[in-house]
Parts: sequence; C-alpha cells; structure tokens
Amino acid sequence: MAEAPPIISVRGLVTRFGKHTVHDGLDLDVRQGEIIGIVGGSGTGKSVLLHSVVGLLKPAAGQITVFGENVRDTSAEDYRRLRRRWGVMFQDGALFSALNVQQNVEAPMREQITLSRQTREALAAIKLRMVGLPADAGAKMPSELSGGMRKRAGFARAIALDPEIVFLDEPTAGLDPIGAAAFDTLIARLQRALGLTVFLVTHDLDSLHAICDRIAVLAEGRVLATGTMAEMQDIDHPWVQAYFKGPRARAALAQKEVS
Amino acid sequence: MTTLTTSAQAAPPERPQIRVAGDAVLLSGDLLVSTIETLDLRVAKATQIDLRGVRRFDTAGAWAVLTLEGHLAAAGTAPRIIGADPAQEELIATLRAFMPATDTAKTVPRHPGLADRLEALGRRTVGGVRDMGALIGFLGRTVVTIAGLILRPGRMRWTAVVHHMEQVGLHAVPIVTLMAFLIGVVLAFQGATQLRQFGAEIFVVDLIAISVLRELGILLTAIIVAGRSGSAFTAAIGAMKMREEIDAMRALGLDPVAVLVAPRVIALVLMLPVLGVIANVAGLFGGALMSWVELGVSPGVFLSRLADNTGIWHLAIGLIKAPFFALIIGIVGCFQGMQVRGDAESLGHLTSSSVVQAIFLVIAADALFSIFFALMGV
Repeated sequence: MAEAPPIISVRGLVTRFGKHTVHDGLDLDVRQGEIIGIVGGSGTGKSVLLHSVVGLLKPAAGQITVFGENVRDTSAEDYRRLRRRWGVMFQDGALFSALNVQQNVEAPMREQITLSRQTREALAAIKLRMVGLPADAGAKMPSELSGGMRKRAGFARAIALDPEIVFLDEPTAGLDPIGAAAFDTLIARLQRALGLTVFLVTHDLDSLHAICDRIAVLAEGRVLATGTMAEMQDIDHPWVQAYFKGPRARAALAQKEVS
Repeated sequence: MTTLTTSAQAAPPERPQIRVAGDAVLLSGDLLVSTIETLDLRVAKATQIDLRGVRRFDTAGAWAVLTLEGHLAAAGTAPRIIGADPAQEELIATLRAFMPATDTAKTVPRHPGLADRLEALGRRTVGGVRDMGALIGFLGRTVVTIAGLILRPGRMRWTAVVHHMEQVGLHAVPIVTLMAFLIGVVLAFQGATQLRQFGAEIFVVDLIAISVLRELGILLTAIIVAGRSGSAFTAAIGAMKMREEIDAMRALGLDPVAVLVAPRVIALVLMLPVLGVIANVAGLFGGALMSWVELGVSPGVFLSRLADNTGIWHLAIGLIKAPFFALIIGIVGCFQGMQVRGDAESLGHLTSSSVVQAIFLVIAADALFSIFFALMGV
C-alpha cells in the first residue's frame, strides 16, 4: 500500500522567544489515524510545538501543513475551515469559566456551525457521557469541578465537532493512576470509534505504553527520534536512555507485559 | 470516515436526504454535525433504516440514526438498521452505549412569582447582613494583627510596607494633584460668578479654603485612591487566592492577614493623609490662581485672608478623617480579594464591588463625621 501523505507535516520549524531558541529546525510527520506521543524534558517545547501546529504561535521559520494546507499562510477563511477539523484540549482543560460545562461543550457548535438548541444540547450531553462525566456535571461551573473532571470536560469540548485531529496537552498530568488509566482507555476508545488522529503531548510513560502508536522525542530543539515504544529502547542518546530505561519506564513496561 | 483521504474531506459536504420507501427509511448523503440540522427525523412508520446511501458519517450522524430509531420504536415498530459499513456500525454501537436512556425532560425554568421574588429579596438581605458581619470581623482581625505588629515591630514586613507606600502614595501624587487643582479652579470660578452679584468677591477665599480643606480635598482623594488602590488590592489578593497562594501561606504557617493585608492597610493609612495634604495645597493653589485671574484677588491678599479667616480646625477635621477613610478602603479591598473563589468571573465581580463598596462607605463615613463635628461644635 502506498504511503498516505502525512496529516500533519512540520518542516524546519524554528521557534524563538527573544534570544531563547526553543525549536531549531524541527521536522515531524504525523500519519492519519495514529496516536502519536510527543515526549521530552521540561522546557523542550512540547506545548510550544502544539501551539505552533494549531497556529496559535508564529514560528520564526519553517513550514507547518495540516491536511496538506499551510497553517500560517492561509486566508482567514481557509484557516477557519481548517480549524474546524481539529480540536484542542489545553492543559487543565482551559474551560471558559463564565460558562457551565454543558455550555462549554456547546460553545464550538454554537460558534462554528448552525444547530438548533435541542440538537446542540443532545449532542453535548452525549459528548459529556462519552468522556465519562456524570449526568449532573453539565450544569456545574468549571470552578466546581475536580482537576480530572475539568480535563474530561476539556476533552469533550475538543471532540464536540467530531474533529479529525485532536491535540491533547498533558491529558493525564495530575490525575491519579486510576483516573489516568481511565483517561488513556477513553482516548484509545474514542480514537477507534471516531477514527481520530491524536497528537498527544505527555510525560506519562504509562500512556505512551498503553495507547501510543508512535513516539516522537523532543530534545535539543528538534525531534531526536520517532518510533514505537520498543524502538525507543535502542536509541543511543543519554536522555532517551534515561527516559525509557529508568525505573519508572521499567515499571510501566513490566505492567504492560503482565496485563 | 476513517478511509477517506485528507484532501477529500475538505470538499463541501453533500446535503443529507431522508426518504421513505415502502417500510424502509432511506438515508443518504453526508450525515455530519454540520449537516444533520436539515434532516427531518419525524418519520411515522418504518421497520428498516437503510444507510446504504450514506457517505460520510460522524457521531452526530449516529445520533440522528439512533434518534430516528427511538422515534420509530416509540411509534410501535422497532426498526432494524441495515446497510451500514463496519466503521459506521461501530460508531453507532459506541454511541448507543452513551445515548441517554430516555429523553429526560428538561426542567423548564419557572417564571419567578411574587413568592420567589420575596425569597430572593430575603436571601439578599440576609446575605448582605452576613457580609457586613464578615467585613467587620475582618476589620477586627486586621486591627488586632496590626496592633500585634506594632508591639513587635521586628515581625513587620517593612519592605512590603514601603513598596505599597510607593504604589498607593507616590504613584498617586500626579493624579491627585491634578484632580485637586481642577477642583480648586472650578470652585473659584463658580464661587466668583455667584459672589460677584453681592460684591462679596473676597469671600471666595473662605469658600475655597473651607470646602477644600474640610471636605473636598480628602473626600475626592479617598475616592480616587479607592478606585486606584482598592481595586488593585482586590485583584492582587484575589489572583493569589485563585492560584492557591493564600492556602500555601497558611500551610507554611504564615498569616495572610499579617503578610498581605497589614502592609497594604498600614501603607494606605500612612499615605492617605499625605495625599490629602498634597490635594489641599493643589486645591488652594488652583483656587488662588483662578481668583487672581477671574476676580483680581492677588495671591498676597488670598494668603493673608486664608491665614486670618480660616480656622486651623478646618484643616484638622479634613486630616483627621484621612486615616479612617484609608482603613475603610484598605479593609474593603483586601476583604473582597479574600472572597474570590476559583473563577475569573468572581474576580472581576468582586473587584468592581470592592470599589463601589469602598466609595460608598467612605461617603457614608464622611456624613457621620459631619454630624459628629457639628454636634461637637467645630
């Protein structure tokens, strides 16, 4: 089978904040329908990469195409169309604090397409159930939710319009192991059911083991290596070795083999 | 939907169609969240839902199919879904697990009646009284903390006090000066027009001196400071509260009142009288300038009349009020900041109510002072 064109393609990305260079010629391809895990030490620009790909940050140089269209050099109209085909879940959910949870999930539907109120409410309620929130959560305000519930609600908002790509920024950070595992299962299940491509920024080795098809390691301003979890074990780089062969990685691997 | 290539999906969606043929409902076209609105799902009777004509399909499409199925089942015929490809079938199965068991009727918000309005009024009143009680409690706690800090000055955070003195005092000097100068000008101008009718121009000096020194100088300064610094206190402490910094302080054994509230209130109590003096000088200067220009009252005459005819008590009464106004502004600003809950909305709400409350209480206190001094005969 011929290789399908990548759904996200990053070429020669350079990002700078003042004098500090975060990305220095970064290349990355994401294939359609895969879950790609982006890992890297703190401050290696994982979240910055995510922000650049969805067009929230202007890179100093380089090209980013999503669905074959350049993210930065499109007309406002094209960018709107493009944006409708992906969903983003920010760290800690980034729910709109003035709206309740149900309204947060309805917000993308309200802003980007025309739906009757009944349809919108029904679809939002289903999305909330899909991410595993209890029925009474919809009426609550974001400040009344626990961290895990906020993340779930943020995920529900990200998938409100059935996007083709979901960007998740540390979805399991700060969750207890049970909650984190449940979130992993949720992502994998929805990915299968909806045929999503998932761009997952994470620190969570368990998530990487459990759901990621491929892993991209960010270090020294570029993608150091991409490959499956098994392939990561053979990469000869001190950070990669420390990350994937450290005690936590071994524990996660052992768990995977037991289950 | 998984099988489509990337570029094809950019094509505009095809309008979905619904058609009844015999005992089957035929769906066709793109059943997507952006298109299903045009579908009319009120089909009376059918035993099959045929998806063979469906091209693209997402959760909204699956929802539409399941809703249609629900309508038909409610009408008495449980329909079969046929012609779905495996991906569509899986999506329908997934969504079926998440469909609410029944269409739970939404509780429609009742139009509030008289009883509801009365109840709301009662709740607001009780809430207001409680808030007032909490504010007074906070005042007491702050005063006790400050007294303790005065007894043991080594524990006072002098750096913070000086920092806040700069913020609320020094940085407010330009605006306070300008405001008081303009008030002096306006008073002189208005006073001159009226007093000239009686040939009593010279009394404009008394008018300006008494109104600026006794009331306007300090009152308007307090209002400006409430708008500038009271809101800043609420916003700063509120943001710390939102980010759990206050809890972190408590966990470290630090008293937020001693660390955050006391330096701000002390700085304000020290600086508001100073700002009041500056406002008085600027107000008198503005008045004198306008009297000279408009009435020909020379600065020398103005000064000597000011010194002879204006009792020192007018100045004293103005400045006595300053620390009390400062206490009101500082306590209200910090108290409202402490009331902030998790969301950004409450921060904005409390910042504005902090300013409104502080200005109202300052004016109310000013009225009380007026009555008090009138009774005392000064």
